[in-house]
Amino acid sequence: MAEVQIRGVHKSYNKVPTVHGIDLTIAHGEFVVLLGPSGCGKSTLLRMIAGLEEITGGEIAIDGQVVNKLEPRERGCAMVFQNYALYPHMTVAENIGYALKVAGMRKAERRAKVRAVAQSLGLAEMLERKPGTLSGGQRQRVAIGRAMIREPKVFLFDEPLSNLDAKLRAQMRIEIRRLHQKLGATSVFVTHDQVEAMTLADRLVVLNQGRVEQIGTPTEVYRRPASRFVAGFIGAPAMNFMDGTMAKDGRIAIGAGNGIPVVIGVRPDEIKIVDAPLKGTLDFEIELVEELGTGQVLYGRSGALEMTVMRNANGGVLPKPGERLAVKIPMAAVHLFEVESGRRIDLPPTRLAAE
Amino acid sequence: MVERSPILNVVSQLVLFLGLLSVLLPFAIIAIAASHDLRTVNEVPMPLTPGPYFWDNIVEAWTRADLGPKIVNSIVFAAGVALGKVFIAALTAFSIVYFRYWGKMLVFWAIFITLMLPLEVRIVPTYAVAANVLSPYQALLDLTGITWVVQQATGIQIALKWGLLNSYTGLILPLVATATGTFLYRQFFLTLPDELTEAARMDGAGALRFFFDVLLPLSKTNMAALGTIMFVWAWNQYLWPLLVTTDAAHGTAVTQLKELIPQINGSPDWHVAMAGTLIVMLPPLVVVIFMQRWFVRGLVATEK
Repeated sequence: MAEVQIRGVHKSYNKVPTVHGIDLTIAHGEFVVLLGPSGCGKSTLLRMIAGLEEITGGEIAIDGQVVNKLEPRERGCAMVFQNYALYPHMTVAENIGYALKVAGMRKAERRAKVRAVAQSLGLAEMLERKPGTLSGGQRQRVAIGRAMIREPKVFLFDEPLSNLDAKLRAQMRIEIRRLHQKLGATSVFVTHDQVEAMTLADRLVVLNQGRVEQIGTPTEVYRRPASRFVAGFIGAPAMNFMDGTMAKDGRIAIGAGNGIPVVIGVRPDEIKIVDAPLKGTLDFEIELVEELGTGQVLYGRSGALEMTVMRNANGGVLPKPGERLAVKIPMAAVHLFEVESGRRIDLPPTRLAAE
Repeated sequence: MVERSPILNVVSQLVLFLGLLSVLLPFAIIAIAASHDLRTVNEVPMPLTPGPYFWDNIVEAWTRADLGPKIVNSIVFAAGVALGKVFIAALTAFSIVYFRYWGKMLVFWAIFITLMLPLEVRIVPTYAVAANVLSPYQALLDLTGITWVVQQATGIQIALKWGLLNSYTGLILPLVATATGTFLYRQFFLTLPDELTEAARMDGAGALRFFFDVLLPLSKTNMAALGTIMFVWAWNQYLWPLLVTTDAAHGTAVTQLKELIPQINGSPDWHVAMAGTLIVMLPPLVVVIFMQRWFVRGLVATEK
């Protein structure tokens, strides 16, 4: 267990900057997920913590000790890779125990430790098999065992579940979370999958183009996205964005109007479908229907505005393309963002309540 | 595309059979010639059925050319060259693929260029170096005038000398570098995922540890293939052993074969020469047959 401090970390490849100064403190035993689209620098950041990538600027400290110049093995981190990266010529037992062998631990002691780790991961039956004969889920468990056996201060996961099929992924997610609760080790998990990120994280770090967009618990990040990017990236189907204006008295209008221009964001599942058009409702024409089982995603437009609406019902008459519905946007569901910077505009709650 | 029709099958079988025949025919003639006596083997045309003297000729060739010790020499020489090539090429490729250092591309291209300079082209300088490994350094000392200065000052003449002629080292060492082998390994190393290297680093393995624990075991099939090819290649070397071993005690089996070839005014005993050829052919054949199991198995079960 250890605290990881990242202070103003920069990274450039051949003078091209890719990570622009990240500050982040990861507490003892915390499970932090780095989330972002590909190329946002999340893997680079993880690899800099691991020591696989040089740090161009700034500092990383593990347990109070600056590790910038330390070799990976001296940092006390263990890593689980996306492609498992098991040694194909070694058996499962040899794979798990290799770090101990390198460290010079005696054979009998090593075997006992390997057995204990394998037992906890349900691998006891396959210790003598080669990785080539294992399924994807089993391989990833071996990779986790290889990381566990060193009893590292920090666990690093580099998109470890993205090569698994959906069902296995959900299962492994729960296993990783359970493992974390048992071991209580500080963990950093990189992913581009928001479901993985939301379910695993104690704290979520959303990255975009080498910068931190938001740090917070999954609930915070979902409910109060700090920027238009975070709002659009988290949540599926993605948030609707509309151009609008905010008047001096806090009144918000879709489209052109008096006041400063803003971007209005509303999650599809918070748009309400009402029975009949009333004052304040919008006319929504369905163009495409996606069946999810628990509900339907309706893609369409309201006038010139493209809009996605979630119908949270699996009964009644199914909406069809071409039909028109009346929808209502509750004020409480509205997120406001600055047009230029994309930053969130926080409104006093009284204003939000007013329609 | 695989096409299957009876006619095509027959034709392809026929082509294969013809190929086999053309490969085996010379061997058959050698074996038949090795089984006749002096009179029959010189008949024109030579009979195409085996005679009864095969074993006698083998024994005669063995004793006349003193093949026992020569074959031991050849095995030491060929195995030394093959093992040396397998190991040095692996190490060279390891350096080229896994390290970043100044002049790396220069080294890479230097190795590449040696492909265009086979032993036959550089035989004279190679021989000069083998005669005195330190001669390039001597030349440097002479050129810079250090030899002269030292002689003036102390009266001692610097004369560096380390000869390799007539030794196993001299036979083997100049042949162990191989560009082909280096490229074979290089291509293989490039196919290994980077994450494997990183996993080893995270596990605390240093460069050499990674080389011996991960890279070499994974290259087993490469090593078997390269080793076999190079063993046969070294076994068949003629020019270099002939030059380096003036002392008969260090001669190899292949160079020794010339002892069996009939002299201009000697008796035309081709039957003994052929018997000797058969003996000398045998060891590489055994190696190929034995090693084949290894690299075929490796090619079938690709684990990556």
